[in-house]
Amino acid sequence: MTNIVTKTRLDNGITLHLKEIHTAPIISHWIWYRVGSRDEVPGKTGISHWVEHMQFKGTPRFPAGVMDKAISRDGGFWNAFTYLDWTAFFETLPADSIDLAYQLEADRMVNSSYDPSEVDSERTVIISEREGSENEPMFRLGEAVQLAAFKVHPYHHEIIGEKEDLHRIQRDDLYHHYRSYYVPNNAVVAVAGDFEMQTMLEKLSQLYGKIPPGPTTQHPAQPEPPLDGEKRLEVKGPGETTFLQLAYRAPSAADPDFFGMTVVDSLLTGPTGLNMFGGGGISNKTSRLYRALVERELAISVNGGMQATIDPFLYDITITVDPRQKVETNLAILDGEIRRLQDEPVSPAEIARAIKQARALFAYGSENITNQAFWLGYAEMFANYDWFVNYVEELEKINPVDVQRIAQTYLSSDNRVVGTYIPTGDQGENE
Amino acid sequence: MSPLKPENLKSLPGPEDIRRVELTNGIVLLTRPNFDSPSVVMNGYLASGSLFDPDDKLSLAHFTAMGLMRGTQRRSFHEIYEAMESVGASLGFGASVHNTSFGGRALAEDLPLLLQLLSESLRQPIFPADQLEKLRAQLMTNLAIRSQDTEELASLAFDGIVFEGHPYSRPEEGYPETVQRVQRDDLVAFHQAHFGPRTMVIVIVGAISPEQAIEQVQSALGDWTNPQQVELPQLPLIKPLKTVVRKHINVPGKSQTDLIMGMLGPYRKSPDYLPASLGNNILGQFGMMGRIGDVVREQAGLAYHASTSLNAWIEAGSWEVSAGVNPANLQRAIDLILSELDRFVREPVSQEELQDSQANFVGRLPLSMESNAGVANALLNLERFQLGLDYYRRYPAMVESVTPEMVLETARRYIDTQRLAIISAGSDSPG
Repeated sequence: MTNIVTKTRLDNGITLHLKEIHTAPIISHWIWYRVGSRDEVPGKTGISHWVEHMQFKGTPRFPAGVMDKAISRDGGFWNAFTYLDWTAFFETLPADSIDLAYQLEADRMVNSSYDPSEVDSERTVIISEREGSENEPMFRLGEAVQLAAFKVHPYHHEIIGEKEDLHRIQRDDLYHHYRSYYVPNNAVVAVAGDFEMQTMLEKLSQLYGKIPPGPTTQHPAQPEPPLDGEKRLEVKGPGETTFLQLAYRAPSAADPDFFGMTVVDSLLTGPTGLNMFGGGGISNKTSRLYRALVERELAISVNGGMQATIDPFLYDITITVDPRQKVETNLAILDGEIRRLQDEPVSPAEIARAIKQARALFAYGSENITNQAFWLGYAEMFANYDWFVNYVEELEKINPVDVQRIAQTYLSSDNRVVGTYIPTGDQGENE
Repeated sequence: MSPLKPENLKSLPGPEDIRRVELTNGIVLLTRPNFDSPSVVMNGYLASGSLFDPDDKLSLAHFTAMGLMRGTQRRSFHEIYEAMESVGASLGFGASVHNTSFGGRALAEDLPLLLQLLSESLRQPIFPADQLEKLRAQLMTNLAIRSQDTEELASLAFDGIVFEGHPYSRPEEGYPETVQRVQRDDLVAFHQAHFGPRTMVIVIVGAISPEQAIEQVQSALGDWTNPQQVELPQLPLIKPLKTVVRKHINVPGKSQTDLIMGMLGPYRKSPDYLPASLGNNILGQFGMMGRIGDVVREQAGLAYHASTSLNAWIEAGSWEVSAGVNPANLQRAIDLILSELDRFVREPVSQEELQDSQANFVGRLPLSMESNAGVANALLNLERFQLGLDYYRRYPAMVESVTPEMVLETARRYIDTQRLAIISAGSDSPG
């Protein structure tokens, strides 16, 4: 496996990251834009995600059905994601069909139609997507916790947006958002797979290089002041199961503390990988919180994780409470475990274990070309590609003193929101 | 159509690069090396599924599968997971109607450990009583969560109606009252009667030579015997529905209603399978979810997801349309879907539609095998359905031999809008 990545930036500001991988006759092509829910203002929440949807509605050259058909006919798959800080589109195709991917992406960076009738029908599709999520207690709890965790920063709202805003946003709002952020100087193209470097570089430079740059993009997010003490909230809804979610303000990805926090996460709730495609995870049955809560029959499951983001976001711990137990007992035990992490240095062996787990997750992720192409662009959205390359090395620098300091800094109860989903016990009936 | 080039065809698993061996105790091993990443994937199954469950203790196979790693003659629950998670490996078991299946992955250097844990879990589980009670609480909570999941509820009701009288009609996870009835002695007896090497298949794909894989499996499992292993029973025939069966499940407080409509489909080895599968692709998969997606999502904007699936198992299968819609749009979605189903059995698909789907089936084959997990799954299917080691090499020609008339004739054997199940689960009045 080679690790040579070619990186270049064209005159119009677009960044290209390419990696040759010849293990299968496949190429995965990604384009990343630095725009996500972080760039949204009140009244327009959900607009980035909606724009992503509209990008599938066609251009004069590639009308909706045509793009779709062309990719599927060659056996490819494509999709897109909108996230806090970014929006990404990808196509994975047989190597000899990859031209289609960059022809399409270069075209829809500029020429998407935003037909008003398509805007209206997509409005109901997105509201339906939101309603599907609302069926899940964890979505409702997560939304409430996130809202309480931020006052001024746009990270406070769900990516899909408030329902009221989904009713309010109009065609011109969407088109303006599109034209403001879908510009070469705000984009990274990442390609991995079975190609010859020089040829691919020339093709991409020729195609993407001729798109004129746009105005400098605006990212209005304001820094969030610290939480002024623990916040608690309850969400009531149907069901029989109580869920508990804790969200601690966490370091941003570029903050050196991010890596220490990654080790803390691994110790407390088990390792979280960076893979988006394949690779699977590692169970967390030897993590400290699993042993303290699940093994002792206070909880049915516990999970935790952190996201790599531009601005400080959240470290979440989610607990499914054992129906025979109380929320408060779970919280007390959890706080005991956090205190232990703050008061007693962990052994170097525990840190070494977290690092071996991270290495294994990396190896699993590298099996898959789509995932390798994902990695090429992903870190560029909140730091840079070196962040990803040096990830394991950075973890290796973490020592027991760091872990203790980080637990003290970030896992204080003044730095968290505690949300509880209280089931109202409504039972469905068959008709 | 873009047929697979000969060199791409060779990248697919075939007789020259799959090693299939049968150990003297009956275990079948399939293995294929891939040294591009330092990891291995291990999958497999034994024929000890929920079809053996008594009705009053439905969940027994599932409970047993989940209990295998709760303690063995050599290691406690904690020691098992300590060994595994310390090296970033994973292993898990689950039960389906026919099989208990397992899946795991590790860095190649840790495959002996993974096989050792597999062997201990399969051959020497001790089902510690305290662990089983913890497990029971987890299974019960999963059922409580299921009782609120509109998609799961619709799916359970659908299987109950379409496969009435057959083990396919029953959920492997059982019901709260059947899970409560299962005792430790039941697990011990189930394990004794149904776990043995005679029906076991194991697949290993990754950074290991076939010779080493064979040697390691032989060393971990070659001396396993179970003379008491019970033979597979004859299962009852499944009869198609004679009328429309409409059922609504009221789940209060839900924003979205999940809809499943459908009927029996072909079993996997049936000559109907491939024409039905291509037809299914046209009906509700190709591009943005085929004709159904086009009508329900793209044109009417009624749903975020609307698609079809063909699920083909050993004895039968199902052909299903599913969608998530706002309760107010439920009847409109049903009517649109019925009208598409009628059209599908009235007139043949166009030559162009079929060619698109044929190209899609052939072109996506290498993509579905870009990871070790994808290849392992493909190898497992070869053995489970006895398709032959050259199946993926023959596949393009088989796909291309299907005609629009074959698709129509096949669809008419299964799809009939006067004889189908229409199941919905959601709130009678929006929550």
